[in-house]
Amino acid sequence: MLEIINDYWLFFLIGQYPHGPLGGLAGTLLLATICLILALPCSILIAIGRTGKNRFWRGVTFVIVYVMRGTPFLMIIFWAHFLGPIIFGTSIGAFWVMVIALVLYESAYLAEVIRAGIESLPYGQTEAAKAMGFSRTKTMILIVLPQVMYNSFPALLSQFVSIIKETSLGFVIGVHEFTFAASQVNSILLVKPVEIYLILGLTFFIVCFTFTSAARWLERRIGKSQGVLPA
Amino acid sequence: MSFESIAVLQEPYLSWLLQGLSLTFALFIFSWTIAFVLGFLLLLMRMSPIKVIAWIPAAYIELARNIPLLVQIMFWYFAVPMLLPDFLQKALNRWDSGFILAGLALGFCMAAYFSESFRSGVRSINNTQVEASRALGFSFLRTMQYIVFPQALRATIPLIMNNTLLLFKNTSIAMAIGVHELMYQVLSINNDTFRTFEIFFVATIVYLFFSILIMIAGEFAERWAKKSRRASNA
Repeated sequence: MLEIINDYWLFFLIGQYPHGPLGGLAGTLLLATICLILALPCSILIAIGRTGKNRFWRGVTFVIVYVMRGTPFLMIIFWAHFLGPIIFGTSIGAFWVMVIALVLYESAYLAEVIRAGIESLPYGQTEAAKAMGFSRTKTMILIVLPQVMYNSFPALLSQFVSIIKETSLGFVIGVHEFTFAASQVNSILLVKPVEIYLILGLTFFIVCFTFTSAARWLERRIGKSQGVLPA
Repeated sequence: MSFESIAVLQEPYLSWLLQGLSLTFALFIFSWTIAFVLGFLLLLMRMSPIKVIAWIPAAYIELARNIPLLVQIMFWYFAVPMLLPDFLQKALNRWDSGFILAGLALGFCMAAYFSESFRSGVRSINNTQVEASRALGFSFLRTMQYIVFPQALRATIPLIMNNTLLLFKNTSIAMAIGVHELMYQVLSINNDTFRTFEIFFVATIVYLFFSILIMIAGEFAERWAKKSRRASNA
């Protein structure tokens, strides 16, 4: 096992990078970060639509969330994989196909996290803002969302772990990421699957568990700062 | 567009789809059973007063929840057979090894999620209930059987339905190791006909249909749980 790490650590870490696309663990983390950054604004819009008064937008966002939650992520990846080139007119590459699929899918899940945050915020905040003469948009941007983002930060962080885990499915359309790198090493060595998949699994575990633990620690801290006892 | 004009719903593709769907169901039921039973065993171990025994499921749950399911399936498919003794390897190859190993991987992974759901149900029961029943002379297992689990079930069922939905969707990942379930068949039909839009549309509707059934069942379970809690409090 140490021998494999010694020979292939750079490949596991960045893939074929200088001579090819960035891959390996760096590719996985890059993909997950881009996805989080792009999905967050989308999910905030969906959450506002879900909690808003406008029936039309409530209906639209409800359908988006439930369709995304009811469809396997692989299905969405293949939709993006086959429809992406048709919509954009050219091939956009597996990496960006995966970004599109992840943003579509994760926006729905992140929206549910943010919606829960909006709904758990005492309504007095909105009423007070209204009494002070804030418009509905200003109330949302200046009063509600900052508190919601702060309170749901731990939940967003654990959703980031889900995103990291989901990037591994990019393997099926050939995205250069960590799982892809490991299976390439596996097809070079052929006789060492136990060691290679242990390295792959344990590395994923170390990365994801770090974020999971951070999320738990923040949850306790944020809970305490508001005088709420940790559950 | 009438129903007959959808080319991918004509033979032979219709039977490909149906075969895929039946294998998806078989995989779903197989891994759901493993997840449920193992999740329950993990919960029992976790509640043990002996620290070491309680620590094992806790560590396993962290492992299973922080490693991508695809990686776990690949580990089961590529690595686990190498670790098995010869006669078991042969037995696996005689049957559909991809199906069995994917089912085991799914079941073992989802057991961690199921176990966490069970545990949050148990934790929703006030500890005074346990103390009272122990004071009345119930043993630990009998306390669980008669006092804690029946009450915990209410808080647990909605969570379990959510995990069931997750499990159902995740059966599609088995295609990565070549199990001929619905997703795999959909891609084969796509390669055969190039009617991408049609076949994906049909498959998405099929998946959505069963997902929504599970979601509706979850919604009903939640309502039932709320109602029966109110009734028992009155």
